[in-house]
Amino acid sequence: MAALTQVPAIEGWFTLDPDRPALLGSRCTTCQSLFFPRETSFCRRPGCPGREFTETELSRTGTIWSFTDNRYQPPPPYVSAEPFEPYAIVAVELEAEKMVVLGQLVPGVDIADLAAGQPVELVLGTLYSDDEHEYLVWKWRPIDATPADGATQEDQSR
Amino acid sequence: MSNDHSVSVLGVGMHPWGKWGRNFVEYGVVAAQDALADAGLEWSDVDFVAGADTIRNGYPGFIAGATFSQALGWQGNRVASCYAACASGAQALNVARAQILAGLSQVAMVVGADTTPKGFFAPVGGDRPDDPDWLRFRLLGATNPTFFALYARRRMECYGATTADFARVRAKNSRHGAANPNARYPKEYAVEDVLASPMVADPLHLLEICATSDGGAAVILTSNEFAHRHLGQTASTVKVAAISTVTPTYPQTVIELPAFATDSAAGVAVTPTPFRDSIAAAAYEEAGLGPDDLDLAEVYDLSSALELDWYENIGLCPEGEAERLLNDGDTEIGGRIPVNPSGGLECFGEAIPAQALAQVCEITWQLRGQATGRQVEGARVGITVNQGLFGHGSSVLLTR
Repeated sequence: MAALTQVPAIEGWFTLDPDRPALLGSRCTTCQSLFFPRETSFCRRPGCPGREFTETELSRTGTIWSFTDNRYQPPPPYVSAEPFEPYAIVAVELEAEKMVVLGQLVPGVDIADLAAGQPVELVLGTLYSDDEHEYLVWKWRPIDATPADGATQEDQSR
Repeated sequence: MSNDHSVSVLGVGMHPWGKWGRNFVEYGVVAAQDALADAGLEWSDVDFVAGADTIRNGYPGFIAGATFSQALGWQGNRVASCYAACASGAQALNVARAQILAGLSQVAMVVGADTTPKGFFAPVGGDRPDDPDWLRFRLLGATNPTFFALYARRRMECYGATTADFARVRAKNSRHGAANPNARYPKEYAVEDVLASPMVADPLHLLEICATSDGGAAVILTSNEFAHRHLGQTASTVKVAAISTVTPTYPQTVIELPAFATDSAAGVAVTPTPFRDSIAAAAYEEAGLGPDDLDLAEVYDLSSALELDWYENIGLCPEGEAERLLNDGDTEIGGRIPVNPSGGLECFGEAIPAQALAQVCEITWQLRGQATGRQVEGARVGITVNQGLFGHGSSVLLTR
């Protein structure tokens, strides 16, 4: 069987760097406000007349704000594997951006092992596949499940 | 601020919540006729109809004001149709109030009704990759319970809340709703029953997540002058003292349905006001009242845990103390400040455009002393609070 071609599940939301992918936001050139998903036509900050934006990569690491899983198959347009595989979703705080971004958790991590404040990093993973393509989306992966004794959380995220 | 903006609630009516599978117009008409009878008024007395829209029932749903007017019999009244997701009812109520306060209407009818499909709410069909509500299903599989569960887990992580705390909310509301003739699930559940139901989105179980229901609710609003003429006196008439329909302020720093991310607060000097804190606050300010004045509250318990968030958001207790309020029995009927005496969404399920109006119906019955089997004794001030997808606040303060 021929290998599937990898394509993003949505264009322009993240880079396709296999090792260090990043979400793509947009920054208003007038007031420097940052938006994800990106704004391209008008700045949403009250009072800012900005109409020009530069593409900006968001931080690749953050800390868990909250997390959950989905035990039942969601309705379309979610494309579920058959049989349906439960998956987890995490909300991740990005320190520099002062924002929280959602994403699926990589498969194979038990959410019972997660906690708020835990460091995670952005990776690319499979959202779904068809006969020709594997559709990629961003996912969050714990950086290290068990910090070594004495190591601070800050050390772990570096 | 003194309250010069009150209007009178002369009638309320509901079609029982359920999964009846009939046309939504039927539920709305039943509720409207009940509200008219409750007010002692005729359809011909109504000069303005505000419909709370439903997007799930085709074109008639989008033009609810005209749809209900036609069903009750065309008579040339003025109409408005309002969509604000779960907050649609409050928007319709607000439009009706504005007409009355502007002197353009004497008797306004506000109606909302819905027929819902089984299972998770799904976005409107078709391929629509520029609609965030479509995209969150497509790219994340983030259902509504996903968001409810993220908030619930956050309470556990920040305040040490437990799954038993959440289950106790459901158990309390099931006791409240057991005697409510309009509730879809008038059944008492013990904490163990709740915890034994299937996990849907960790930490929330099936019995802790609001179902989707059919139902209808209607309110007859009039000017205070009309009410006085009609009734001869208005000493015991329920009044709408305030309606809040606020949006969030920028930057919005709490993740909200159906967004992928919060706004970025980087480089913003102001301390952001959490959206849910601002909703009731606007109603309190408008009415010149505060949380200490309340006798009861109907809050939007899309999940058991979310009810606890609302305790804090509407000022019943400081942040992080909602579990204590619940466990002390303060929010049970007979307690200091009963919350969701109707049984709440957990006993009703959500009939989206009717829900904010159903909250107003319940508070009205409570303030009149007509809430048989679930009465909050001596209630004089009640608040509703609710939130619609995409940033629609909804809060109604009612007084007697």
